[in-house]
Amino acid sequence: MTTTAVALAAAVRSGGRSARDAIDEALAAVAADDDRFHSFLDVMTEEARAQAEAIDAAIAAGRDPGPLAGVPVALKDNLCTRGFATTCGSRILEGWRPPYDATVVEALRRAGAIALGKTNMDEFAMGSSTENSAFGPTRNPRCTEKVPGGSSGGSAAAVAAGFAPLALGSDTGGSIRQPAALCGVVGMKPTYGRVSRYGLVAFASSLDQIGPFATTVEDAAVLYDVIAGPDPMDSTSLPSVAEPARPGLNEGVEGLRIGLCRDLVEGCAADVVARVQEAADALAGAGAKVEEVSVPEFSYGLSAYYLIAPAEASSNLARYDGVRYGLRVDGDDVEAMNTSTRTAGFGAEVKRRIMLGTYALSAGYYDAYYAQAQRVRTLVMGAFDRAYESYDVLLGATAPTTAFDLGAKVDDPMAMYMNDVCTIPSNLSGHPAISVPFGTGQDGLPVGVQVLAPALGEALLFRVARVVEAHAP
Amino acid sequence: MSEWETVIGLEVHCELATKTKLFCGCRNAFGDEPNVNICPTCLGLPGSLPVLNEQAVEFAMRIGAALHCDIRPSVFARKNYFYPDQAKDYQISQYDLPLNAEGWLDLPDGFRVGVTRAHMEEDTGKLTHVGATGRINAALHALVDYNRSGVPLVEIVSEPDMRTSAQARAYAQELRGILVATGASDGRMEEGSMRVDANVSVRPVGSHEFGTRCEIKNLNSMRSLGRAIDYEVSRQIALIESGGVVTQETRHWDEAAGRTEALRSKEEANDYRYFPEPDLVPLAPDVAWRDRVRGSLGPMPADRRVALVTLLGGDPSPAEVDQINAVVELGLDGLVKAASDAGAPASLALVRAANEVAAQSDAGLRLDSGAFAALVTTEAGGKLSATQSKAVLSALLEQGGGDPAAVAKEMGFEAMGADSLAAVVDEVVAANPDEWARFLDGDDKLMGFFTGKVMEATAKKANGKDVAAELRGRRG
Repeated sequence: MTTTAVALAAAVRSGGRSARDAIDEALAAVAADDDRFHSFLDVMTEEARAQAEAIDAAIAAGRDPGPLAGVPVALKDNLCTRGFATTCGSRILEGWRPPYDATVVEALRRAGAIALGKTNMDEFAMGSSTENSAFGPTRNPRCTEKVPGGSSGGSAAAVAAGFAPLALGSDTGGSIRQPAALCGVVGMKPTYGRVSRYGLVAFASSLDQIGPFATTVEDAAVLYDVIAGPDPMDSTSLPSVAEPARPGLNEGVEGLRIGLCRDLVEGCAADVVARVQEAADALAGAGAKVEEVSVPEFSYGLSAYYLIAPAEASSNLARYDGVRYGLRVDGDDVEAMNTSTRTAGFGAEVKRRIMLGTYALSAGYYDAYYAQAQRVRTLVMGAFDRAYESYDVLLGATAPTTAFDLGAKVDDPMAMYMNDVCTIPSNLSGHPAISVPFGTGQDGLPVGVQVLAPALGEALLFRVARVVEAHAP
Repeated sequence: MSEWETVIGLEVHCELATKTKLFCGCRNAFGDEPNVNICPTCLGLPGSLPVLNEQAVEFAMRIGAALHCDIRPSVFARKNYFYPDQAKDYQISQYDLPLNAEGWLDLPDGFRVGVTRAHMEEDTGKLTHVGATGRINAALHALVDYNRSGVPLVEIVSEPDMRTSAQARAYAQELRGILVATGASDGRMEEGSMRVDANVSVRPVGSHEFGTRCEIKNLNSMRSLGRAIDYEVSRQIALIESGGVVTQETRHWDEAAGRTEALRSKEEANDYRYFPEPDLVPLAPDVAWRDRVRGSLGPMPADRRVALVTLLGGDPSPAEVDQINAVVELGLDGLVKAASDAGAPASLALVRAANEVAAQSDAGLRLDSGAFAALVTTEAGGKLSATQSKAVLSALLEQGGGDPAAVAKEMGFEAMGADSLAAVVDEVVAANPDEWARFLDGDDKLMGFFTGKVMEATAKKANGKDVAAELRGRRG
């Protein structure tokens, strides 16, 4: 599907194209080509067709089916879909069908969008390459020898492959932005609390946030506008009405103060650094005031993240015990059943993080690890606040390199974790950030440039991203 | 051999009488079919999130206010442990920052017990082990009912201030009265809406250090609480005096066997890995809300006991003190006041409330106070005997109220007129001339004989006092 979501929705709403036709094209493309990428775990063929027909009927009856009428959207498989398998890329949830839809899935339906299927992911969103999926890896549509990034690699790949103009992912430490960068699409993480987490299977509750993938900044903004807003089902949801991002999208960057953050390019590959510098130059050329800035506290982010996220995960993933749903491996007593189920149901990376997190929260270690990591988190937030006294937005790389080879880092967790070094600070602070494709590296693979904004700065973020996009080589 | 002092602290869990659960909109109800009041959140399904029930917070604050606690900004935490009745395998509770802290409770005799904290948490589901004997170890499988999962609880932790099992019982009873008075809980131990755990230790008299304590669970009644503490104290003293050492452990009270038994030590080795619940925001009731809660509390049991003493004209007898305590604890003092306001003697109303009504206290709470007042007035006026009055009261309790006169009539308790009574006495005298002669000669033992004959002839409709008066009157 080569059209944008905006163009497709306009065609469907005007009666120029039926939603059924659009969804059939998307379903046919997935059926024909996804063998090569494995971006989807499951396709919602019947549900999608039925919904498309309902949209066409609404249009025929003169009703407005919403701003995303007839647009196929790929959903990361950690978003609950009523009656449709939701696995989180894990054997432990195989066969589980949620009895409810995530709030974002309801929001999509209200906007006329059509859920196309569930996309592959690192198990429970733990990973940066989608190789930790229990159901096999996803391949990068730009080069199938490469990983698509992760953990939302399936969603990024589905958009990059043209199966759907839009996708939703979740970003706990960079899991939307990093795969967006590696697949050459736009990926955005909203402010923590701006999009409801209700129905997002939790990895690290204080860091998780749902966000959009798209081929253009405008499409991403439209999808963001559909999913953003308060939700009484999520206590951490922000009560204010979300400021729409699309109306001011083309207002440009004239007069904006942009900080090119050294700490978000240091250690990155030379070709990535070069693209970021070119993006900064383009912004300056478009009228922004661009300066270099250093926020050294960002360098502590990775360590803090890899204590906080596993600690929360160790608690969030306790419920997969074989008692109520998903996999059960029997044992002589309930403890044996719990242990056998979790031993069989979780993959190595999930087990590693559960052990890390359990240790970090244990009596006698809590202060040295979890509490200390929370203090670092506070430090990072303070550093952001100081930076935003001088700058409206910050600029940096999204990922240290372009897409790497499948299998290159699976045996080296630390090398894999380093992929998140540029994206983690925004998760720790809860701030929004976006990755915009900006040229390629020496290997011809996409490079992503990251724009970061203060809390609730989404409209500004999209505005800057739009200018970056417009100047991309 | 030294003298021993007992040290007792109680942990009381009380279920809040909210309409819905603590973190979801499911009905909070006891006794429904299993697994009907459930949703993604209280089942802990992936992706579900908790949303705090404001009514539960209000009730928890009422409890805190009634226990003279400082109501503070608080934070929910996760208490992590695996158990099948725990839907998320963690419990959302409050840990280092409880909502209510540093209060107290005065026992009826004036003894003050410190309240360390009264914090909010969610209840677990309920496990039923199915197998040959019903014991956990012999169970073939277990069934889980998640109706109770997520029901709001307040855990009230006392200071280790109590020194006798009687004090512990008095504390639990007084606390139950307070919980009911706040409207926050029905305080029913038999339905598990109030659950008491006792921390018990002993130390030589004069010592200021605490001995090693044991926590006793499964105390399902006030009687169990007293018996279990007495047993545990004897056990610990015997153990120490025979050269043993008390081990800190959780012990299970076996009501049938009348003893406490150690649970497997494995269950003791839990590290709960508490950390702040990231799915909830801190709970910080503002001053206006706290003041409103404090201002809205009705009279507490202590106030209501004083009110009853005043109704009785002050200076109650020891028996009346017991009756007052019982009536207030059961929330039946409103009946006594209503009867007294209607002109009935408060002392008689108190006796009936503390005995007949208290015996069916659930029905008593539903009893129409006007009907009760009318009954006590009728009895006090001599139109019903004590026995008849109790029978009518029982009928009123059964039907929740009614007209005592009509009920009495239905039961054939119409007071006999003096004429008809005299006629019956005439018949009895005529039928028993020898005994009557001996009675007239002063043989008082025959009083009972003639009273019995008259009652028999009137099918017990006659008032005993009236019969005695008639018989004595004829002897002159």
